[in-house]
Amino acid sequence: MNMIVCVKQVIDPEAPPASFKIDPSGNKVVPPAGVSPVVDPYAEYAVEAALKVKDASGGKVTALSLGSNQLRDIVKKPLAMGADELILLEDEAFDGSDSWSTAYALAMAIKKIGEYDIIFCGREASDWNAGQVGSGIAEILGLPSVTLAEKIDISDGKARVQRKTDEGYEVVEVSLPCLITASNEIGEPRYPTIKGIMGAKKKEPVVWKPADIGVEAAQIGASGRHTKLHKLFQPVREGKCEIIEGEGPEEAAANLAVKLREVKAL
Amino acid sequence: MAENKGVLVLCETKEDKLASISTELLGGGRKLAGDLGQELAAVLVGSGVGNLAQEAIAYGADKVYVVDDPLLKDYQTDTYVPVLEKVAGQAMPQVLIMGQTSIGRDLAPRLAFRLNTAASLGCLELAIDPSSKKLLQTKPVYGGNAQAVFITGSFPQIATVRPKAMAPLAPDQSRKGEVVTVDAGLDASAIRAKVLEQVPEEVEGIKLEDAEVVVGGGRGIGSPEGFQQLEELARLLKGAVGATRPPCDNDWVPAGAQIGLTGKIVTPELYIAVALSGSSQHMSGCSSAKTIVAINKDAEANIFREARFGVVGDWKKIVPAFTEKLKELLAK
Ligand SMILES: Cc1cc2nc3c(=O)[nH]c(=O)nc-3n(C[C@@H](O)[C@H](O)[C@H](O)COP(=O)(O)OP(=O)(O)OC[C@H]3O[C@@H](n4cnc5c(N)ncnc54)[C@H](O)[C@@H]3O)c2cc1C
Ligand SMILES: Cc1cc2nc3c(=O)[nH]c(=O)nc-3n(C[C@H](O)[C@H](O)[C@H](O)COP(=O)(O)OP(=O)(O)OC[C@H]3O[C@@H](n4cnc5c(N)ncnc54)[C@H](O)[C@@H]3O)c2cc1C
Repeated sequence: MNMIVCVKQVIDPEAPPASFKIDPSGNKVVPPAGVSPVVDPYAEYAVEAALKVKDASGGKVTALSLGSNQLRDIVKKPLAMGADELILLEDEAFDGSDSWSTAYALAMAIKKIGEYDIIFCGREASDWNAGQVGSGIAEILGLPSVTLAEKIDISDGKARVQRKTDEGYEVVEVSLPCLITASNEIGEPRYPTIKGIMGAKKKEPVVWKPADIGVEAAQIGASGRHTKLHKLFQPVREGKCEIIEGEGPEEAAANLAVKLREVKAL
Repeated sequence: MAENKGVLVLCETKEDKLASISTELLGGGRKLAGDLGQELAAVLVGSGVGNLAQEAIAYGADKVYVVDDPLLKDYQTDTYVPVLEKVAGQAMPQVLIMGQTSIGRDLAPRLAFRLNTAASLGCLELAIDPSSKKLLQTKPVYGGNAQAVFITGSFPQIATVRPKAMAPLAPDQSRKGEVVTVDAGLDASAIRAKVLEQVPEEVEGIKLEDAEVVVGGGRGIGSPEGFQQLEELARLLKGAVGATRPPCDNDWVPAGAQIGLTGKIVTPELYIAVALSGSSQHMSGCSSAKTIVAINKDAEANIFREARFGVVGDWKKIVPAFTEKLKELLAK
């Protein structure tokens, strides 16, 4: 089973909301000081999904990441978790992408990798929450796709995917090769082992430039966009919480109940 | 080449009726079409859905495209994408909107790439820019820490809209409209990803999305037993229990209880947030609650920036006393 997992580096989404700031230019987020970037959490679930398939059926897992300023210690995490290879698409020409140009560049890199049975993505990245790159890659490569996977079983050259729905779940059978996006129900991403971390340290990622994947500058980055970011802003919060006190927690609790009745919230 | 015109709404059905998201979208779509000075069309896709065309008209559609085929009974990517591609080719809308549902989430991006255009998912607001007449698509990004407004350079401009973000019009059964049937033209052998079965989750009592009172528990609840105490409080208030992601990931509650960006969206009158920190991803799913109450032992927790009322302390002491007092007050 040859698997490719798309992974990206993001600003830590669990950084305290109060530390979140937008650049005065109004279209960029200022990385919070002293908070290290991380691997996009949903992409980690995607890595976990691939490793689970590898545990069950064997195979090779290649992580693929697009971006600029990718910190090696961060983007190597999939290797430390158990992936076999890491390919980075790293070039300024990729900057200012939207879902289109991102999916296009990733799809062209996947074509160059050539051999794959399953491509994994996260259901949505924690920064721009677009939820599109997976489906986009599948469409560009003409592959069937199953989104929001909770569980994956492989047999007879097919994948049986439990897909999360608003009502519960559904079971989808899909022919290979295919693209799957992972939801958190896949299960907690495994911690890198010491051996994994040591192995990852020694392994150098392969770096590809636009020319290596045969794409023109006009198709990627800002030039390949179909959308324009018109505005980026922080919604204002009223933020006036009335703290209900009392002699001890029990009394405070009772006072809260009285208060909620008073203001007719109940 | 024909010119793109009008707004097209994908209507989902539920139990042989238009789903609530669809009447909401027709209400919102009507406004967009008005601002463009163009028509509002709806598309109904499914098996045995043709009789709902009049309902879509009553809720605001000028024209309804009906694609009825047994192969369209369940949503499947490989059937819905070509059908919508076909309808979009025939209707040539400027704007195509759907719900941020398990269907819209899967269909919108794949269709956008097929049509060589773009989509914005999970929008809170859609508006027509008065000068450019382009669709302004406002959606939460960075887990709800910020909102972005996107503009699409090509037609159709596709967007999915979160439940309850738009309001339905009062249905007018006397409204007249045109119904156009479109042949699905599907070939079963083209279905590469096949739905074998659908398993609805079992919900006891009131559904989270419909509840007027929601008690939400976080990581600090610590166990399934802890959630039983929240259940008791919810029962008393005729509400439902929801959770942040960690309790779901730890199986203290079913996965369906998750509220937030990647869970359910709730809009109750009262949201009681217990032992959860108020992450932006969680608040994305509950910040439209009318009143938010926080119970948390950490006075610095972000939830106190979101809540109207709060108590700082250990929930294990606060929740039982709060429940007792409410019992007493409600008995009066
Ligand atoms: C200054 C600036 C301007 C921008 N302007 C626009 C704009 O005009 N329009 C617009 O739509 N967006 C814009 N973006 C956001 C854009 O860069 C998004 O990253 C892009 O739209 C994809 O969305 P997403 O990252 O949320 O991916 P999603 O579709 O949510 O990602 C799902 C999954 O796809 C995979 N994936 C996504 N990105 C990568 C990657 N880089 N490498 C490897 N795997 C990946 C991962 O598996 C991920 O879990 C802008 C960003 C910046 C910083
Ligand atoms: C792309 C993305 C999507 C996500 N989607 C969602 C989503 O849909 N929904 C969601 O919920 N999360 C989501 N998350 C996860 C989210 O970022 C947070 O990790 C999560 O919401 C934290 O849950 P919590 O508040 O319960 O836990 P914590 O942040 O750990 O907070 C626990 C709180 O409990 C308090 N506490 C502990 N013990 C007690 C006690 N005895 N009494 C009183 N208070 C106590 C603590 O003070 C603390 O404030 C998403 C993350 C990403 C990256």
